[in-house]
Amino acid sequence: MDLRRLRPVSLVLSVALLSACAGHQSALDPQGPVAERITLFFWIMVSVAGVILALVLVLLVAGQFRGWRQRQHRPLTYIQSRNLVIAAGLVMPVVVLLAFSLSSAATDRVLGKPLPEDALTIEVIGHQWWWEVHYLDNRQNRIVTTANEIHIPVGQPVRLLLKSADVIHSFWVPNLNGKTDLIPGKTNTSWVQADRSGTFRGQCGEFCGLQHARMAFLVEAQPAAEFQAWLDRQKQPAATPADPALARGQEVFLSSQCIMCHSVRGTRAQGRVAPDLTHFGSRQTLAAASVPNSRGHLAGWILNPQSIKPGNFMPPTQLAPDDLSALLDYLHSLR
Amino acid sequence: MTEHERTQVIDSSEETRLLTEVWRSPPGFFGWFTHVNQTSIGKRFIITGFVFFVLGGLLAALMRIQLSAPENNFLPPDLYNQIFTMHGITMMFLFAVPIMEGFAIYIVPLMLGTRDMSFPRLNAFGYYVYLIAGVAMYLALFLGMAPAVGWFAYPPLADARYSPGMGVDFYATVITFMEISALAAAVELIATIFKQRAPGMSLNRMPLFVWAVLVMSFMIVFAMPPLMVGSVMLALDRTVGTHFFIPGAGDPLLWQHLFWFFGHPEVYIILIPALGMISDILTTFTQRPVFGYTALVLSLVAIGFIGFGLWVHHMYTTGMPHLASNFFTAASSMVAIPSGVQIFCWLATLWGTRPRFATPLLYVLGFFFIFVIGGLSGVMVASVPFDTQVHDTYFLVAHFHYVLIGGAVFPLFGGLYYWYPKLTGRLMNETLGKVSFWLTFIGFNLTFFPMHYLGLQGMPRRVYTYLEPLGWGDINLFVSLSAGLLALGFLSSFINIFWSLKRGEPAGDNPWHADSLEWGTSSPPPAYNFRHIPVVIERHPLWEYQEGQDIPVVTGIRSDRRELLVTSLLDAHPQYRAVMPGPSVWPLLLAVAVGIGFGGFMFHNIFPVVGFVLSFIALAGWFWPRELTREVREESS
Repeated sequence: MDLRRLRPVSLVLSVALLSACAGHQSALDPQGPVAERITLFFWIMVSVAGVILALVLVLLVAGQFRGWRQRQHRPLTYIQSRNLVIAAGLVMPVVVLLAFSLSSAATDRVLGKPLPEDALTIEVIGHQWWWEVHYLDNRQNRIVTTANEIHIPVGQPVRLLLKSADVIHSFWVPNLNGKTDLIPGKTNTSWVQADRSGTFRGQCGEFCGLQHARMAFLVEAQPAAEFQAWLDRQKQPAATPADPALARGQEVFLSSQCIMCHSVRGTRAQGRVAPDLTHFGSRQTLAAASVPNSRGHLAGWILNPQSIKPGNFMPPTQLAPDDLSALLDYLHSLR
Repeated sequence: MTEHERTQVIDSSEETRLLTEVWRSPPGFFGWFTHVNQTSIGKRFIITGFVFFVLGGLLAALMRIQLSAPENNFLPPDLYNQIFTMHGITMMFLFAVPIMEGFAIYIVPLMLGTRDMSFPRLNAFGYYVYLIAGVAMYLALFLGMAPAVGWFAYPPLADARYSPGMGVDFYATVITFMEISALAAAVELIATIFKQRAPGMSLNRMPLFVWAVLVMSFMIVFAMPPLMVGSVMLALDRTVGTHFFIPGAGDPLLWQHLFWFFGHPEVYIILIPALGMISDILTTFTQRPVFGYTALVLSLVAIGFIGFGLWVHHMYTTGMPHLASNFFTAASSMVAIPSGVQIFCWLATLWGTRPRFATPLLYVLGFFFIFVIGGLSGVMVASVPFDTQVHDTYFLVAHFHYVLIGGAVFPLFGGLYYWYPKLTGRLMNETLGKVSFWLTFIGFNLTFFPMHYLGLQGMPRRVYTYLEPLGWGDINLFVSLSAGLLALGFLSSFINIFWSLKRGEPAGDNPWHADSLEWGTSSPPPAYNFRHIPVVIERHPLWEYQEGQDIPVVTGIRSDRRELLVTSLLDAHPQYRAVMPGPSVWPLLLAVAVGIGFGGFMFHNIFPVVGFVLSFIALAGWFWPRELTREVREESS
């Protein structure tokens, strides 16, 4: 039943999320310097591995061919066998593995590169099953809070501080960088850089329970000026609605159970256990990049979250149709 | 017939009668629970292992159905998570290790020319523990309370807070319990190999399979305890509120270190006996000694050692210091060197020969292709930066299925076709064998090779579904269909097993003209394995003697009680005769008692106490000196 209903969702998503990139969420389609180095290293390894595999198979087949063509056993002599094993089984792997280890370490240096002191720092906290995102100033104060969508400026390295609120998760945007785990009680660091603007999908890489499959997020790389404008807007608290219809929606929101968990800065909704909704209307997706943030999906999500993402911790909400409509208008007006 | 010859005939038939009676396992349903002979216990391990293989395969099929289409609703997420967890637990704990032990238990004493394992009743105990553990795990699945945290069960997800219910309790207690079985088998395989080789079979004359089993057993002895300690700590965290793995008070990473310090050697525990099988199969089917015996032995031992030095490559993404990680890159890739030595020794053996392309050899050649690919992708994932991209993706799923199915299951099926005549007295059907090999080989590659690509395309593992626009649907459908082909391949081998049991061609003692001692007794072997203990003067004893010529034997071993010959460790000089215990129900009772103690722990704290008392009673029964008192009585009367 869900399958049919989600089909159109997928189509919309494909346009919304993936219009820009050719191989979406693909490690083979690097869009930043770290992923690029890893992909290059991968292709080198594949080439060498291909040669070794071919060598083994050729030796296997050629040795057989020799025996059958001569119609008699023509085994290698002891010395020949010994030389084969020493050359191909000992010397070759030693040389190849030495080169491999060194170039792996060289590639790794790019990942461990120290970033400039004043690099933009983003704190990401993993939750079952969504992402809490804080932008920090250079004194490590949280200046902006958002969820499931990370905006970054193009061409600049961005430092990531990775934490977990519950179990182990893993932060992974294949187009930009490999994974780093988010481990409770520990802060891991990583960094990303996008060399061109676009939307890149990321997904939790470590099994984290029931809805591990639907714990995704988007990274939006924007030109620096555009990013700064976005960040400045996110810093503002939510505007108090002037429109009476939206004011009614806000009233519905503030009088419902939503505020037990969610916060909208500038109102008395100060819940901390679920995503901050201050600029909710500007987000592209719902439920950790599971469905597009459309009116219909938002309504479905509020009334019965389990139908979209079974097992998540948001309880269903009962609302009169008018109230729901007002609430949807209000939430989408938070831009 | 001279007088002298006639006495010999009478004597030998009388001897056979005595041996048969003394080594006979009690018949009937209740007798079944008292068997201790290595041939019975080995067969049980093998059969039970295959049953779990089928169960694990069915779970895999369910997963493939669920993943064949994006946003499929065949399985709900909780059930899917239970199923992939049970698939891993089944294949690693309930199939791969026990079945390798099963083959070792059945074949090794025959290869050594001895009559039984060193500790026959411990052997039986190990089997019952295994059976109880496996049944308990599947009971949990059918009751809908199997663990849903993966076979690796990382805390905090596996903590009581995030995984309430009994699932992880089952996991933690059953795993600990299960490993008792592995340890028991390992200990007695070591003792048997060291002390019961036929006279003259010095260490450097042992078949390579025996060497492999020896290395495997030592690895089990060192690898299982960290897991048992870890899973006991996990059980304590959950049941009595200790804080070993709780963030802040303890450390969740401690579990990962303990788990992978077991988990990585585990892969080699499964692989190494398979390497031994390959060496022996190659020797037989090329009809020439495998090249580089010493190099092969040393590389087996080297793989065993290195296998303990690279667990950290499962943890590159946990944010460890880069220098440490790079050290483990080098250490992990190092295992490719002894593996390379093995492969090229076999290539040198095969070069220029005209081997007999029977089914066992086909499986070995299939191994060459699959295992080399798995090994090469293994070197790739040993690299820290590349691993951060493919860790926990389908690339990894592809890689370790190449290593485990290519490295263990293919040789295992080769070994099955090879030793089936020794187990049953009949050959398996060759035509069906070849058909099933090709189905398995093609099905396997079509199933798992595309998964490399899926992983690079960003598909994480352990997800019950994925969104359509990600574009993974077509490949997943293809993979699921290919998995059907693979299943068909395995199925045809299982059909072959049953068909050949009754209708297979009678095998005779040595159908492949093989070189090692297990082929020097009848197929299937009598309960006492050998009427006389053979004497070995060379590495390929059966090739030393012409057809019909008798192997020199040891005389003077008593036939009127379960007696065998104990020899010295290095050179296998005869030392003394040892008496083996006979059929007994106490191993079963002890296994049940220990099971109550372990399993009951999940339900109530009284059970460990009850289990302890029952175990004490069972041990008292086990060690009650009946044999001794009877002999004293006999002698005094």
